[in-house]
Amino acid sequence: MAPQGDPILEVRDLVKHFPLTQGIVMKRQIGAIKAVDGVSFDLRRGETLGVVGESGCGKSTLAKLLMALEKPTSGSVKVNGELVDVHKGSNLKRFRRNIQMVMQDPYTSLNPRMTVGDIIGEPYEIHTEVAPKGDRRKKVQDLLEVVGLNPDHINRYPHQFSGGQRQRIGIARGLALQPEIIICDEPVSALDVSIQAQVINLLERLQTEFGLAYIFIAHDLSVVRHISDRVAVMYLGKIVEIGKDTQIYDKPSHPYTQALLSAVPVPNPEGRESRERIILQGDPPSPANPPSGCRFRTRCWKAQEICAVEEPLLQIRPGTDHESACHFAEAHDVVHAS
Amino acid sequence: MKNPSVDTHLLPADSGTIGTEPLLAVDNLHVEFTTRQGVARAVNGVSYALNAGETLAVLGESGSGKSVTAQAIMGILDMPPARIPKGQIRFRGTDLLQLSEAQRSQIRGQQIAMIFQDALSALNPVFTVGWQIAEMFRVHKGMSKKAAYAKAVELMDRVRIPAAKQRVNDYPHQFSGGMRQRIMIAMSIALDPEVLIADEPTTALDVTVQAQIMELLAELQRESNMGLILITHDLGVVADVADKIAVMYGGRIVENAPVHDIYGNAAHPYTKGLLESIPRVDMKGQELYAIKGLPPNLLDMPTGCAFHPRCPFRQDDCVTDVPALHEISGTRSSACHYWREVLDGTAG
Repeated sequence: MAPQGDPILEVRDLVKHFPLTQGIVMKRQIGAIKAVDGVSFDLRRGETLGVVGESGCGKSTLAKLLMALEKPTSGSVKVNGELVDVHKGSNLKRFRRNIQMVMQDPYTSLNPRMTVGDIIGEPYEIHTEVAPKGDRRKKVQDLLEVVGLNPDHINRYPHQFSGGQRQRIGIARGLALQPEIIICDEPVSALDVSIQAQVINLLERLQTEFGLAYIFIAHDLSVVRHISDRVAVMYLGKIVEIGKDTQIYDKPSHPYTQALLSAVPVPNPEGRESRERIILQGDPPSPANPPSGCRFRTRCWKAQEICAVEEPLLQIRPGTDHESACHFAEAHDVVHAS
Repeated sequence: MKNPSVDTHLLPADSGTIGTEPLLAVDNLHVEFTTRQGVARAVNGVSYALNAGETLAVLGESGSGKSVTAQAIMGILDMPPARIPKGQIRFRGTDLLQLSEAQRSQIRGQQIAMIFQDALSALNPVFTVGWQIAEMFRVHKGMSKKAAYAKAVELMDRVRIPAAKQRVNDYPHQFSGGMRQRIMIAMSIALDPEVLIADEPTTALDVTVQAQIMELLAELQRESNMGLILITHDLGVVADVADKIAVMYGGRIVENAPVHDIYGNAAHPYTKGLLESIPRVDMKGQELYAIKGLPPNLLDMPTGCAFHPRCPFRQDDCVTDVPALHEISGTRSSACHYWREVLDGTAG
């Protein structure tokens, strides 16, 4: 389904700083972990936005902020044009119905002492208006069928299912309240290779069927490319490049995106000796004390004086057709070049 | 060479092979675990060979027996519940399974070493990394504390940990994931082993760090001409570094091949399915090929070919007869009755 219409989700300058404190009696704030530091994007109905980046870049904190599981330090989230107020219960409850999450680890995200029927039906306990009590069992069975599980297994426990089946249960729980947006935080990374494709196909089918919008957070760049309409690349709490999937993968213009793409092993041994590889040295700097100016400059081979002084804004730059946050942005195809 | 008193430590270390015998040969290995639910046959007749300087990738999903085989080679299986009813593991012609525990611990770490997946849980949190690396030299070489520490710093330099001198007294939690994996690598290459087994060495790491670690391993291998067994499920990593591939499924090897032959040209339906299920650029917007069903239950293996319940090309004899590992060419083999048809695309 092609993404259409007005944005369903508008995120503006979202910031989350976790305070670092010192002392027990006299607690003082001595700094902050800048987990998410000014993130803005739009998501339209039926669209999939892929979010990629290394661990610690703020992908999962972003997911929690969008779910209103964390209160943002500043910035705003609008759903269907309406501002989400994390301090107002009724507003929050309505909003949460519309945005659901599929977690990474299907082994720890399902309560082992609840039956599958109770797990999937639990959202109805809070949002009673979605399904009246008598209807619930039927609804849960329908959901099981939608995600490709046997509806007769409604009284089984999570341990009786395999990893891929458990992820399907997690997806059914996400669908229970008929949300418009689903946030998938690494939904296939804990699964075996032969099972990953099954779950990706299921997510794509559900998108077409229900017109869902996905935020798809993953570190596997080939999976993200397959499922996403647009891709955002994050580094140390900021989006450094965002664009259509073809723009990001074929014409990456930020050095970090280029390095990330070139580091992905290609499942084809032909020409492996001549393939271009940009190997970044070291680890990302600490988000408690990010470098001045451009945050990537400490690992960047293009860095010049201006990079330490002036922070590059996320904007369309000469010679590129999508937004990137680099003073020296330059489209360069690293995947196909040889 | 059945004589268990042979001191393998004194065997010649210069040549990669002794006659036609490879450096390391696993031959018809069986491993089973006794559990409360019954006997789980984790490894059912695995054979592979490794020469010096060579990289063998063992590819498989969880439960395929790839790690258990590696643990059997290292001699670190808990026995019981594990049991090795059949098979040989020959290192330079000596069957390791016939050696005493004392003899094996001579080989372990010195001649065959291993890197584990999760460096944080494989390192001891209450000792400094320097102490843990130096332990290799103190225990195996009887070095003094001071000399061993100096060696540890040298090794940390070799695996390119910045400021090794200052960081040698740090604890594992003070290092990032990639740096911890480097420390694991430093420990494993400390005594210049001839065989290095890397069990999912980069699975827990980011792609940028994965690239650093794989580059480091390749470089160390070139320097010392080690044989490397790389256990992984990542078809991309395999394509990047391996010389040959052994694909495992349900405790068996289903396909053996040189790396350049297997991609786009699989001779077993499972390998073919795995390769086709990777998202490709030209598949955008289309449904991915998915192998249907689930991996087999080790307590209750399917009859005949273990892959038959999931195989799109299944015939009647697949349900009843276990396929032998058919030789396709000198370097390739496939455990499928219909490998010819799979290979030339006429199966099913």
